[in-house]
Amino acid sequence: MPQTQPAVQLEHISRHYQMGETCVRAVDDVSLSVASGEYLALLGSSGSGKSTLLNLMAGLDLPTSGSILANGKNLAELSPLELARYRRDTIGMIFQSFNLLPRMTLEENIELPLRLAEVDRSERPSRVREALERVRLTHRVGHRPAELSGGEQQRVAIARALVNRPKILLADEPTGNLDSATGETILALLRELQNHLGMTIVMVTHERPLAERFADRLATMGDGKLLNLTPSTHGAVQ
Amino acid sequence: MKTRDLTDLALRNLREAMLRNALTTLGVAVGVASLVAMLSLGVGLQQLASKRLSQSGLFDTILVTPKNNFRMGRPQRETVSDTPPRPLDEEARHELEKLPNVIEVYPQIRFYTEVRFNDKPHSTVVAGLPESSQNSGAFDGMQGHFFTSPSADEAILQIEFAKDLSTNPSSLIGQDLILRYAERQALPATASDNSGDGGDAGFSVVPKELHLKIIGIVETEPAAGYGGVGNARLLIPLATASTLRAAQVNDLRDIVRGSNANKAVYGSLSVRAKSPSYVEALEASIKNLGFNAFSLLDASKSLRTFFSVFDLLLGIFGSLALAVATLGIVNTLVMAILERRREIGVLKALGAADSDVQQLFFVEAGVMGILGGIFGVAFGWLLGRAISFGTNVYLKRQNLNPIELSSVPWWLVILALIFAVVVSLLAGLYPASRAAKLNPVDALRYE
Repeated sequence: MPQTQPAVQLEHISRHYQMGETCVRAVDDVSLSVASGEYLALLGSSGSGKSTLLNLMAGLDLPTSGSILANGKNLAELSPLELARYRRDTIGMIFQSFNLLPRMTLEENIELPLRLAEVDRSERPSRVREALERVRLTHRVGHRPAELSGGEQQRVAIARALVNRPKILLADEPTGNLDSATGETILALLRELQNHLGMTIVMVTHERPLAERFADRLATMGDGKLLNLTPSTHGAVQ
Repeated sequence: MKTRDLTDLALRNLREAMLRNALTTLGVAVGVASLVAMLSLGVGLQQLASKRLSQSGLFDTILVTPKNNFRMGRPQRETVSDTPPRPLDEEARHELEKLPNVIEVYPQIRFYTEVRFNDKPHSTVVAGLPESSQNSGAFDGMQGHFFTSPSADEAILQIEFAKDLSTNPSSLIGQDLILRYAERQALPATASDNSGDGGDAGFSVVPKELHLKIIGIVETEPAAGYGGVGNARLLIPLATASTLRAAQVNDLRDIVRGSNANKAVYGSLSVRAKSPSYVEALEASIKNLGFNAFSLLDASKSLRTFFSVFDLLLGIFGSLALAVATLGIVNTLVMAILERRREIGVLKALGAADSDVQQLFFVEAGVMGILGGIFGVAFGWLLGRAISFGTNVYLKRQNLNPIELSSVPWWLVILALIFAVVVSLLAGLYPASRAAKLNPVDALRYE
């Protein structure tokens, strides 16, 4: 499945925070290439820097040094507006705590990226419906997030991430708030979407067994460094 | 984001914290209301004052006197010239009437005389009133009515004089009084004197009586104390007054100076301009004709300055409440940032630019400003009406005429709305930029 042109290429990336006197090296000299259409799992204990690395790939954070090449551009050199456009058009994100806006209905939550992308109003309902069909949640469009189960909320979040048809889907602990059975269905859904849509997925998780089953490659981090990079058992099977 | 989506989201956000945003908007409304109420009172008072003053004839009337006149209180420097000063005669009156923007020219007829009422003598000043003074506003609240015709044998009493005549002034209306005056009768030239040149005619003064019907009682004489010999307390129609040929103050002087007493000469003439704005030019042309001219234009200028300063002060006090309301907006939006920190982070993660977030907060501030402005103008208008109403209830109890105290002109409405929106946007400036600068990573981590 990995192709020649990488979707994201990290070259000697560091992200240091100054916390009073001490310098925290959240990400320390990481080089990593994520192939287009690849499903990569970022593993590691908490504080290992995997989430920071994900935020750097999302263009939410800027590296202290090094370069992140995505879409043929170095994110480290983009203006805030260009970074916002990159997030809007190239990236889809899902989170551990879903981050749906509680007072909006499912439909409105999913429509939000379309509003930001200034998609024509007449086109929006069909795009929202298409995204909902992909996550198999068409029957509850008028509900608010609190009326749904955790698994359903995460599926709405996935639909919202997909609605702008991103090239790269970034998932930050998507199963962290879910029981293991629901977590598994969510990861199966991501795998299925990736097979259908051919997008690149980078997923942060600390559940190695699940990652082994669904991802193509596993990148393990510790203390801000990339410890090892191995194909998953599933990837090996493929 | 497109404007419609932006407004959509902003309105949704405002609805979500309904109570707090409604209270903030109410704060803006109270601020705008105080501003509008203050300024409407200022404008109303100014209109009231300038209406009264223009009605009084003080500012559109020019008093014309001959160059040698000394009635203006101080003797005027006489020009060292052999030619006698130009008399204010009928010819001069026609000339004055022909000047541009002149409504009318009328003589001042005032004389001190005796009035008999119920066989008791009373001394007073009698003045002739031109027909036009009916519209001056001074007669609006009079008891009785104005003269039935320009030359009727009727009298209007000044209230103090009416009180002298009777303990119950209202009962005087409809009663008769007798005006006793000295009529000036020209002597035939042959009998004038024995100098032989026949140029200096004299006149005799003959006592006469005229029955007048009292038809009204008025608070003050219009244009009282200006150009006259003192407040007249008995007013009769100007035409009636001029047929009396009552001896005037100037007559003796004219005799001494040798003017021809047969020829009608006015002591002074009042020239009324179409509006106070023409007075200055008219004054100059009258002086060119060889007369003295006097008006109260300078007084009206300083009055306008006074009201400008007055409005400014009212505006400043009114704005104080709006300044407090501004702090309310800042506070509400800063609170909203804390509350919606996560939401801002999500929006940014989904691809919202800093400017999108900034505009969102800006629109929220603007909507509070517009709504506050609209309600504020309405409240302010009501407040002005209420003050007006209260004042009129008080005035009525004091037996005074009602007045229109507050006035909300269109420019004030539009100005207040613009002001409310601009002030709200300024208040939104800081919270909006703070929200826009929020780091999405921190915002999403925030629980």
